Amino acid sequence: MAAVTAPLAADPLTIPRARGFRHRWYRTPSFVAGLVIVGLMVGLAIAAPVVAPYNPDHQDLEHILAGSSAHHWLGTDELGRDEWSRMLYAARVDLRVGFLAVLFPFILGTTLGCVAGYYARFADTLIMRLVDVVVAFPFTVLIIAMVFVLGPGTRSIYIAITLVGWVSYARIIRGEILVQKRQEYVLAARGAGLGDRRIIIRHLLPNVITQAIVFSMSDIVLDILAIVTLGYLGLGIQPPTPDWGAMIADGQQFLTTKWELSTFPGIAIVITGLGLSLLGDGLADLLRAE
Amino acid sequence: MDLASYVLRRLVQMVPVALGVTLLVFFMIHLVPGDPARTILGVHASPQRIALLHKEWGLDHPLWVQYKDFMDRLVIHGNLSDSLIYHESARALIIDRLPPTLWLLGYAAVLSVVIAVPLAALAASKRDALRDQTVRVVPLVGLGFPAFWTAIMLLLLVALHSGGFFPVGGYGSGLPGHLRAMFLPGLTVALGIAPILIRSLRASLLNVLESDYVVTARSKGISERRVLVRHALRNGIISMVTVLGVNIGFLVGGTLVVEQVFAIPGIGLLMINAIFQRDFPVVQGITLAFAIMVVLVYLTTDVLHALLDPRVRFD
Repeated sequence: MAAVTAPLAADPLTIPRARGFRHRWYRTPSFVAGLVIVGLMVGLAIAAPVVAPYNPDHQDLEHILAGSSAHHWLGTDELGRDEWSRMLYAARVDLRVGFLAVLFPFILGTTLGCVAGYYARFADTLIMRLVDVVVAFPFTVLIIAMVFVLGPGTRSIYIAITLVGWVSYARIIRGEILVQKRQEYVLAARGAGLGDRRIIIRHLLPNVITQAIVFSMSDIVLDILAIVTLGYLGLGIQPPTPDWGAMIADGQQFLTTKWELSTFPGIAIVITGLGLSLLGDGLADLLRAE
Repeated sequence: MDLASYVLRRLVQMVPVALGVTLLVFFMIHLVPGDPARTILGVHASPQRIALLHKEWGLDHPLWVQYKDFMDRLVIHGNLSDSLIYHESARALIIDRLPPTLWLLGYAAVLSVVIAVPLAALAASKRDALRDQTVRVVPLVGLGFPAFWTAIMLLLLVALHSGGFFPVGGYGSGLPGHLRAMFLPGLTVALGIAPILIRSLRASLLNVLESDYVVTARSKGISERRVLVRHALRNGIISMVTVLGVNIGFLVGGTLVVEQVFAIPGIGLLMINAIFQRDFPVVQGITLAFAIMVVLVYLTTDVLHALLDPRVRFD
């Protein structure tokens, strides 16, 4: 019988009562761990010019493909550039593009999701069919095809991720709005004669946006993966600007002799992903309790 | 609703999606900045060659005429256009390269299930126990792994030390050869999707384990192991099929770069090569082929789901 009651013990009712985000965030382990990891990565990226021992393009031609030493902590690449410095500068680029790239689909998807969910009928059908079409393409394939069409570079990355990434936000927001718009507070607002735009922005949006924010954390991970994948294929951030993906690709030809070159940038990506996932998980817990 | 009419309804629902997919692929060329023919052929192309491409692709015609021609070629000849490099139809190239990709996809799907089911069952067998907490960390870490990096790490840590048992590249020949050569590539893709499967299978198993029929089974004195394997897992597998189907896009996206790392001659590698040769029709064709694959898998998943779980048909 114990086995039957065990899962029930973890019922939401036994969780201590929510006391607001500000009083509880530091008691949510995943949120704190995520915050520390992401904070550290962002801090290192911002401080790269101070922390990095070398300029990322500086070539030490006497120490090409050198192992780790006091001068070059993680060694040097095939052009004699300091691996550690390049990793720090790559964090600057990859994190900036990753964080910015999530903004545009967030805004576009949220707007379209609001329109689809609130107005229903024709707008809903049109937007959701569009979602179906975009979803029919594998994410990576469509991003790569778009960047190919638009030409390599950061601008194309933003456009491609926006055109492909908005669908998830639109789906989430639409679903939430469909539920919320039948709630009494919305009916009351409508009864009081408030305009549609005011109801959506002032009343509905604050209630539905949290799900999209939680999702955006894992979406940043997806975007960063897409960015480094493009970089690995040579379609993303263009050299000599350092990028984790391109660094892994460059190091691949020296895999048997100097495995560090491809390994460390990958570890940086994994740690960043872990930090963001933890942050997203913690945020979900916090907001759910709220 | 019987199964036949359910399938029919799903097929009808697919028509607008299929049309939308062709529209999107059609518009790809119009997203090319500047004159598409000039951009694709490069700065050194002769004006005659550019004019020829304009004529061939009908770029001077109004958009709707271009789309009609595009659909004519697609529906009647099953082809978009000829490759700019190989002077062969894009369709022939794609069909030729399809088997390795399908192999990789199938292998990866099987491996991902082999990885995910035991872990999810382990986690769900006792909620919030240490094993559950441990398994729950897997998706958090796993989702941040770039597929190409996992592939390189498997090359470094496994293939290079396997004494040639796992080749560092290629497709292999014969069934045993394929199974061996495609193991690490398949594992790479499987590791990419396993975190998602583990997360959702664990959740659905926990749901099932708390349902009335499982409580009944337990109260009849059936062992916990039997409850998990015979009663809960069976129902959990249904959701697994759906989750695998829904994430096929993710799975397919993973194969693209993995083919590049392991030099597997599938359509992913063909697409990447076509991109660098600026072979527009082939890139366009493969994008469409991938979308068709995904749509077909969605349909199959739905039908399979309806077969396994009759409740779906009455939704």
